[in-house]
Amino acid sequence: MQIRNNKGPVKWLLIGLCTVFLLVTLVLPLVYVIFTALRDGIRAYLASVTDQYAVKAILLTVKVVLITVILNSIFGIFAAWLITRFQFRGKKIISTLIDLPLTISPIIAGLIFVLTFGRQSAIYPLLEKWNIQIIFAVPGVVLATIFVTFPFISREIIPVLTAEGTDEEEAAALMGANGFQIFTQITFPHIKWAFLYGVVLCSARAMGEFGAVSVLSGHLRGITNTMPLYIELLYQAFDFTGAFAMSSILVIMALVILVLRNILEYRGRKEKDA
Amino acid sequence: MKKKKSVIPGFGLSFGIVMAMLGLIVIIPLCSLVVFSLKLSPREFWETVTRPRVLASYKVSIMTAFIASAINAVMGLAIAWVLVRYDFPGKRIMDGIIELPFALPTAVAGIALTHLTVPEGWVGKIFAGAGIKIAYTRIGITIALVFIGIPFVVRSVQPVLEKVDKEYEEAAAMFGASRIQIFFQVILPEIKPALIAGFTMAFARSIGEYGSVVFIAGNTPFKTEITPLMIMAKLQEFDYASATSIALVMLLLAFVILFVNALIQSHTSKIVSGIE
Repeated sequence: MQIRNNKGPVKWLLIGLCTVFLLVTLVLPLVYVIFTALRDGIRAYLASVTDQYAVKAILLTVKVVLITVILNSIFGIFAAWLITRFQFRGKKIISTLIDLPLTISPIIAGLIFVLTFGRQSAIYPLLEKWNIQIIFAVPGVVLATIFVTFPFISREIIPVLTAEGTDEEEAAALMGANGFQIFTQITFPHIKWAFLYGVVLCSARAMGEFGAVSVLSGHLRGITNTMPLYIELLYQAFDFTGAFAMSSILVIMALVILVLRNILEYRGRKEKDA
Repeated sequence: MKKKKSVIPGFGLSFGIVMAMLGLIVIIPLCSLVVFSLKLSPREFWETVTRPRVLASYKVSIMTAFIASAINAVMGLAIAWVLVRYDFPGKRIMDGIIELPFALPTAVAGIALTHLTVPEGWVGKIFAGAGIKIAYTRIGITIALVFIGIPFVVRSVQPVLEKVDKEYEEAAAMFGASRIQIFFQVILPEIKPALIAGFTMAFARSIGEYGSVVFIAGNTPFKTEITPLMIMAKLQEFDYASATSIALVMLLLAFVILFVNALIQSHTSKIVSGIE
């Protein structure tokens, strides 16, 4: 339904402008990463991505993403359940605190964990006694990643649960269903797509987090270097083919994430309309 | 808000799990920031945060973030408009790639943009002819921030623009308003809160951004050092007092930005809804 004929030059001028803008700012860097990764031939590419430190970085990234997604999923579901299903004092404070990591710079996220678990912290002697390494070790990297992605899953589920209301669940509870039954049979089917959508966003950010992880990792090659940190290392050593080869894996992952995101958004919307 | 006991089970369990994780991930670390800040002497704090090099970094961060977010506000509005109002081949792809900056790791974006814009790079070459340097200047920082900020404005404006009632536009057109008049006097007031919210989110994110900027900035003292980098440098020297001082200034700035946005939002919603 158009008010008037919109086929004028303005339409195509705007479409052209936006297309060029997006091609230059978003598409060109992607193409450039793949192009530079393959610049020295497929053999150099394969050598870069199968280097033992590269493989270790990839495995560490997978591990960090898995732990982050699992813990944030548990948290996200319980947090959404708590906030949308119960009235209690301090709810506003809790929901503000959950969203707080979004407004904090990744570097500051790293800093607060250094202050909590580092040498000048009050609990450092305890950690020392029990021989627990958090800062400049994998647990620190995981904590920082959980922090920066903390609200990602709950934020997707909360609006869906709010819109859904509590009638069905109250009816089920009155008929004697227990919490687990209510959740798996009534609530989860409603939030399925929103939940998966949150998982996708959370994985994307977790695999790519750089600033916070950079503060906490200590950059130990092969031990605490995730893929983005390993890319930085290669780049600073002027191994551009290597850096872009590792980047190309992340570019492909980013494209997979975008496709998944669009499918999930489409499914979620279809469900809502149905 | 009515207070009745919910029949839905699971309050204790949910509350326990949420508070435990919130405590470990958010509350304890933030408390340690507060505790550590209280130990700083006010004089030292003030001296650290007003050092000329740190002052210069605020200027670089705020200026580049502001320009980048302003570019994103204009381009984001144009993209949202094109996606909502027009039909054209490739529209779904355009809609689908908007979130790319969320999906692509910032370090990857950083090294790709840097390599493209150095004087020998594909894009840098074109501008080098005109004597314009992009990589390792504030222009480069701005470009990296434009990259990461695009989705904020588009995704903030798009849903609101979809809901704008076309009847007002039709009425305005019937009274002989030109397209430009309709846009500025009918449509813009409706989407202004969303546009400002998108701008604010992009601005807040840009000020704290690190990964995509460090590579392209070149990090020359006084010229292209951003504030997060100053914190990082202090952390690497294990100078936690200075790092925390500068971080407090950044947090304050972030809260001011969010507060101003909240003020504007409540003010404009009063105007739109007619209750004042």
